Amino acid sequence: MKKIITVQNLLSKGESSTLKHLQRRLFLRQSLTLGALSLLSGCQITEQKDVDQILHAMSAWNDRVQGWLFDPRKLAPEYPESAITHPFPFNAFYDEDEVPVIDEADYRLELAGLIQDKKPWALPELYALPQVSQITRHVCVEGWSAIGKWSGTPFGAFLKRVGADTSAKFVGFKCDDDYYTSIDMATALHPQTLLTFRYADQILPAKYGFPMKLRVPTKLGFKNPKHIRAIFVTNEYPGGYWEDQGYNWFSGS
Amino acid sequence: MAGMQMTENRAQWLSVHPLVVRMTHWINALTVLVMVTSGWRIYNASPLFDFTFPAAITLGGWLGGALLWHFAAMWLLVTNGVTYLLYGLLSGHLRRKLWPIKPDAVLADILDALRGRLSHQDLSLYNAAQRAVYAVLILAMISLVISGLAVWKPVQLQELASGLGGYEGARRIHFAAMALTVALVVVHVSMVLLVPRTLGAMITGRIRRDS
Ligand code: HEM
Repeated sequence: MKKIITVQNLLSKGESSTLKHLQRRLFLRQSLTLGALSLLSGCQITEQKDVDQILHAMSAWNDRVQGWLFDPRKLAPEYPESAITHPFPFNAFYDEDEVPVIDEADYRLELAGLIQDKKPWALPELYALPQVSQITRHVCVEGWSAIGKWSGTPFGAFLKRVGADTSAKFVGFKCDDDYYTSIDMATALHPQTLLTFRYADQILPAKYGFPMKLRVPTKLGFKNPKHIRAIFVTNEYPGGYWEDQGYNWFSGS
Repeated sequence: MAGMQMTENRAQWLSVHPLVVRMTHWINALTVLVMVTSGWRIYNASPLFDFTFPAAITLGGWLGGALLWHFAAMWLLVTNGVTYLLYGLLSGHLRRKLWPIKPDAVLADILDALRGRLSHQDLSLYNAAQRAVYAVLILAMISLVISGLAVWKPVQLQELASGLGGYEGARRIHFAAMALTVALVVVHVSMVLLVPRTLGAMITGRIRRDS
């Protein structure tokens, strides 16, 4: 649906609105120029596919460029406590009252794919890992940004600890709200990429992703999965909830 | 290039716009249309001000579609723009056609234009008001690209972004540069409509000497 609108918009920019040009076709069926126009509308379906293909090829190209541009040692700016945004916005593909409720005692983080030690992790075990804090800017794909404070364990160290194959291409996430996403290994190993359990020094509230959120200050907000249930390492492109609908996969910032 | 077309009747036709300028100009016009209309759709997802752009005049259908258009067309905008600027600088085209820009001459031409008294005798020369519009337009588009890079990569290009007031500052500069560009394009296209002969010249590159 959405993609159809895309191409009609393009056509309407170039050729006046589809409606108008249909009307004109009725009036001037024989005219040569209109012959060309009806040809154009006849080709609309194929053109649509072509345009979509080009746009997606360009998005794949942008993934590559962002991969080259990504500097594994470059740190996202950090801010003082006074810069924190209050209240930090809630954002998800559902409303705040639909946030999943997760039972702390039953919860286990599952590991899968190219990982040696796939033992599930209970929350107290995760809380016992070395913890660091970070105050960084969350930039949303929609354009707004907000500064927040997250605390947790460096994700790269966690991956190494469980024997993940860090030469693999992707790390994927499955979440308890049916969200899913994936990031490149270089970003997963970035020193500021954290598996976080706290927001503003409090255990992550449900609306910010209890029991854990991957905080990736070098990527847009939708690449920061919340309510993570399973983490897997793979060489096969895992896509993501928004990425499969057309958001750029790398989405670095 | 234009030389070949001209050999037949050298006396009648005068070549005013080189092929590179015409090609990059029309590619740019199309690309700017795509960038601006998709940019408006992106803006609508999280408006900076108290208004949004009517969906009907935006491109992309939704935020994801608009972003695909915006980040695809930016490559064309930049490669095409760099081609134009390199050609313009190396060939002397920019210096010959857009230079000098003297404020009092610009003002005098604007006043003449408002009174409908601006001369359009020689289409191979831009008047002072035109030169000023083109120069500011080029600078506005350079600002659009630079602020756009800062908005796109506020971490990897953080040195650039911090010079523009960080991510949020760069976002506002990007918007302001868009607004200036659109305003100047409106002025520019209105002027073309007032003197339609210029349009033919920008397409074919030539004008009749006695026209
Ligand atoms: C439908 C839209 C447009 C039309 C009909 C149009 C038409 C023209 C024409 C006829 C000229 C030559 C003027 C003359 O000979 O006196 C010209 C020059 C120019 N236009 Fe446009 N234009 C359009 C869009 C744009 C846009 C979007 C931009 C930039 C954002 C732009 C930037 C320029 C520049 C910089 C020149 C001077 C080129 C040079 O000689 O190096 N135009 N345009």
